[in-house]
Amino acid sequence: MRKGLSWFNTTSIALGFAFLYIPIILLVIYSFNASRLVTVWAGFSFHWYVQLFHNQQLLDAAWVTLRVAFLTATIATVLGTMAAITLTRYGRFIGRTLFSGMVYAPLVMPEVITGLSLLLLFVAIGLDRGFWTITLAHITFTMCFVSVVVQSRLVTFDRSLEEAALDLGCTPFRTFFVITLPIILPAVVSGWMLAFTLSLDDLVIASFTTGPGATTLPMRIYSQVRLGVTPEINAACTILIAIVTVVVIIASIMTKRQEMERQKAERLAAAG
Amino acid sequence: MSNGVAEKTQKTIGGIRRKFAPWNDPQAVPLIRYQNVTKRFGEFTAVDNLSLDIYEREFFALLGPSGCGKTTLMRMLAGFEEPTEGMITLAGQNLVGTPPYKRQTNMMFQSYALFPHMSVWDNIAFGLKQDRMEKGAIAARVEEMLKLVKLEKFAKRKPHQLSGGQRQRVALARSLAKRPKVLLLDEPLGALDKKLREETQFELMDIQMELGMTFLIVTHDQEEAMTVADRIAVMNHGKLVQVDQPAVIYEQPNSRYVADFVGDVNILDAKVEALAPGAVTLRAEAAPDMPIRVAQECPAKVGDSVALALRPEKLRVELDPPADPSVNTLTGTIWDIGYLGDLSIYHVELPNGVRVKAAKPNLTRMVERPITWDDKVYVSFTPDAGVVLTS
Ligand SMILES: Nc1ncnc2c1ncn2[C@@H]1O[C@H](COP(=O)(O)OP(=O)(O)OP(=O)(O)O)[C@@H](O)[C@H]1O
Ligand SMILES: [Mg+2]
Repeated sequence: MRKGLSWFNTTSIALGFAFLYIPIILLVIYSFNASRLVTVWAGFSFHWYVQLFHNQQLLDAAWVTLRVAFLTATIATVLGTMAAITLTRYGRFIGRTLFSGMVYAPLVMPEVITGLSLLLLFVAIGLDRGFWTITLAHITFTMCFVSVVVQSRLVTFDRSLEEAALDLGCTPFRTFFVITLPIILPAVVSGWMLAFTLSLDDLVIASFTTGPGATTLPMRIYSQVRLGVTPEINAACTILIAIVTVVVIIASIMTKRQEMERQKAERLAAAG
Repeated sequence: MSNGVAEKTQKTIGGIRRKFAPWNDPQAVPLIRYQNVTKRFGEFTAVDNLSLDIYEREFFALLGPSGCGKTTLMRMLAGFEEPTEGMITLAGQNLVGTPPYKRQTNMMFQSYALFPHMSVWDNIAFGLKQDRMEKGAIAARVEEMLKLVKLEKFAKRKPHQLSGGQRQRVALARSLAKRPKVLLLDEPLGALDKKLREETQFELMDIQMELGMTFLIVTHDQEEAMTVADRIAVMNHGKLVQVDQPAVIYEQPNSRYVADFVGDVNILDAKVEALAPGAVTLRAEAAPDMPIRVAQECPAKVGDSVALALRPEKLRVELDPPADPSVNTLTGTIWDIGYLGDLSIYHVELPNGVRVKAAKPNLTRMVERPITWDDKVYVSFTPDAGVVLTS
């Protein structure tokens, strides 16, 4: 790789990055625009950020979204992990194929259909729509993502570790919490983060299942944009981008650290 | 461990071991009993109607080819598999239905199964913590175990920071820490080099004697089984072929299978020519002009096809015919010579093409040995050197 990049490689990288990031960069730049007009640059300013923190509607929506995402991620992680364990552990049971198929259905189901069917269900059982219906709906569709992530870790999990714990006098219940869970924890945490972000930016399903008083941030942004894009929305989006970027960077640093520690350990083992 | 210590260990163990033979005592009550145990995985029978008694303080080895059911036999005792049929008792109690965490057995896994997220120290302490042992006592026991396996300096490391042999020793320490009634060892020394392996074998024997535990060991290495075990069971296809003391297994195998599996052996097909009390005369296909006398009570009848098993070290290869007329003598030519340092293995081709191996210790430092390729030699063995096998 010392040869440097050919003009072809350089161009393709440049094009690819431009395609991905120009829209986002534009959005970030215009969030600092002093002018009310989105497309006219009138100097640098934090005005819209200040404005944003006085927009009670947006702040309320953000608070609802965070609560929904947190609850969703937590419950979906518990349920998804349980499903993953059942599917990998109990090799053959009646209805296994059906069960695994059904866990994965929401993965490929168009969101509109998921949203609509959930709406019909909530109406049929007479549930008041609002915060809890959105949360329930989000749990439904994020659980399968958690299950996939955890399951991929569990297939490489060495069952003899659990057997060793049982052999040393640990009950199956304790074994799960002191052996299995700590070892698969990274996968469970990724599952949680995935569910959290999925819930955070869902618009379609939330729109179907919401009710009065429960407007999520994506819904609020969408409805405001229909009345015209304001720099305030750009500011909100920039904050969201910043949060996501920070989370991604932390995650990748953590992975890198682990990798480095593993390599160091291997050198140690080889030496000693 | 220095040589002196190893010798001493061997002596004390030897002294006690010589007298240890509860299997010959009709009054002795076995600690572990497999009674007509069968284990099937679907259609496949891994353990086939097997009965076996193992006594308290015994060091018992399971020997057999890969896939013959050794691990399965152990896992049934540890509680990870339930027998399809039959019963297993430990100290008189039926184990079937008892979960693994309530059994007084501990197992050292073939894959070690060390907990990757715990340090060496915590791995060893794990079983003791489950028993709610007092903190100080746990620490003392862990230190003792670390010392035993010579890993004091590695207590804080995680398993992935250890070499294969070190991991194996942690696994051993962890399974010993609880001082179980029965310790199950599934190929415990596979990852160690020859020297460390031999040392650890003696250490195992020492620990077993000292703590008065019963050891059940699985191994692929028959020398290891011979060294450590009071008795050896040779398995094949889920059945026991022979269960006996190492020397009996080696010198009096009950079948071609055992003779062939344990140690090196020459097997000559032969017919029974004459029978006398305590002696049998054979006519080997490989040497039809030479009757072979074997000093052995033989259950076969005159004219039956049998096999004569001869260990290489019991054959003498010489350029001149032996003076003693009572020994059996075959003639042949040297086909190949293998120099092993301590021994030379002579491959001798008999007149009709059958080859036998004879081992001869290299008693001098001469590099040029008197017997060489294509020499015409005499292969001789005494009447009590071979075993007649009828199956
Ligand atoms: N859970 C299982 N399901 C199906 N077959 C199994 C299972 N466990 C073991 N077997 C089969 O039972 C047979 C005996 O296996 P076992 O592990 O006892 O062999 P082993 O004697 O320990 O071999 P090795 O020396 O290679 O460890 C093998 O043919 C194996 O494929
Ligand atoms: Mg095995």
